[in-house]
Amino acid sequence: MPFKRYVEIGRVALVNYGKEYGRLVVIVDVIDQNRALVDAPDMVRGQINFKRLSLTDIKIDIPRVPKKKTLIQAMEAADVKNKWENSSWGRKLIVQKRRAALNDFDRFKVMVAKIKRGRAIRQELVKLKRENAA
Amino acid sequence: MLSLLVRRRRLLHHLLLPLFRPFPMAPSQPRTKSRNPLLIPGIGKFSRSKMYHKRGIWAIKAKHGGAFPRHDPKPASPEPASKKPPKFYPADDVKTPVPNRRKPKPAKLRASITPGTVLILLAGRFMGKRVVFLKQLSSGLLLITGPFTVNGVPLRRVNQSYVVATSTKIDISGVNVDKFDDKYFKKEKKERYKKSESSFFEAEQETKKLPKERKEDQKVVDTPLIKAIEAVENMRGYLGTKFTLRSGVKPHELVF
Repeated sequence: MPFKRYVEIGRVALVNYGKEYGRLVVIVDVIDQNRALVDAPDMVRGQINFKRLSLTDIKIDIPRVPKKKTLIQAMEAADVKNKWENSSWGRKLIVQKRRAALNDFDRFKVMVAKIKRGRAIRQELVKLKRENAA
Repeated sequence: MLSLLVRRRRLLHHLLLPLFRPFPMAPSQPRTKSRNPLLIPGIGKFSRSKMYHKRGIWAIKAKHGGAFPRHDPKPASPEPASKKPPKFYPADDVKTPVPNRRKPKPAKLRASITPGTVLILLAGRFMGKRVVFLKQLSSGLLLITGPFTVNGVPLRRVNQSYVVATSTKIDISGVNVDKFDDKYFKKEKKERYKKSESSFFEAEQETKKLPKERKEDQKVVDTPLIKAIEAVENMRGYLGTKFTLRSGVKPHELVF
């Protein structure tokens, strides 16, 4: 019931609307009730409304409005990239991106693989059922 | 304004040139470009008198003894004896439409369609089938083949607009498609039967038989293709399967 992810300096968030959609950013300052100053290693620091951010579990240790170099060092130290890519949320996004980029031929190969997998599972199940019944 | 001497020199040059050409000259061809450049559409740079001089009418006249050469008028052909006055005079002067000089160009081939591309047919008898693109014919239509033994699509023409190009390519370097053109696919004209009951029924019963030549051509084109297809895993199954949309799949979001 209590909140677990807070808006604080160093909170890593995902932009969920607008030009920077899908980008991981770090909150480096709070401007007012609605807006934050965000920064990322490959982005110009800028303001963004909280409504456009989805907070993640990851938090890094930075002073208020750090220099770009400091920010990058802090992100490396906290290993944000790997933490994100290994989290279930991060993995889901990666899978979504891969699926969206599939070719028509790739989609056919996925379909064939799914059918093969289903068949193998069903064969095993039938075997187990037979063993159990006996 | 030119001096008499200049004029005379030019005239002599013009007259003597055919007799004595100092070096090999280009064969005289009719001039295609106008000697009077346009300043603005409708207004030329040179006046009528200047153009008279530029065109060398003075030289042609001099060559032909003072008058511009002309043919004698042709003897007027005798009017057809029975020329009735027209039955109908239109009430208004109707303008004749300007003749259409437009020559249609063959359809520009999409950049995504190159020889060997797998295409998805969107309409017609083979709707949904995945086929191999061979070449674009001079009419703009695309020459495709199944291959026939893989999915039942023969050598066929298809319009670019009814096709989705995938990014999958097959190696067709071993295939020779030079002999195929639009004439090869042209339908034979049915002989018009006389309007009588018996012949009407007879004509209906004739069935179309595929000429042996077509079957052989199909084999010749398909054999190297099938070899290239077998080289890629799953390709044969891919070409044998139809393209389908499932629930939740949005074509505008698909990457082909």
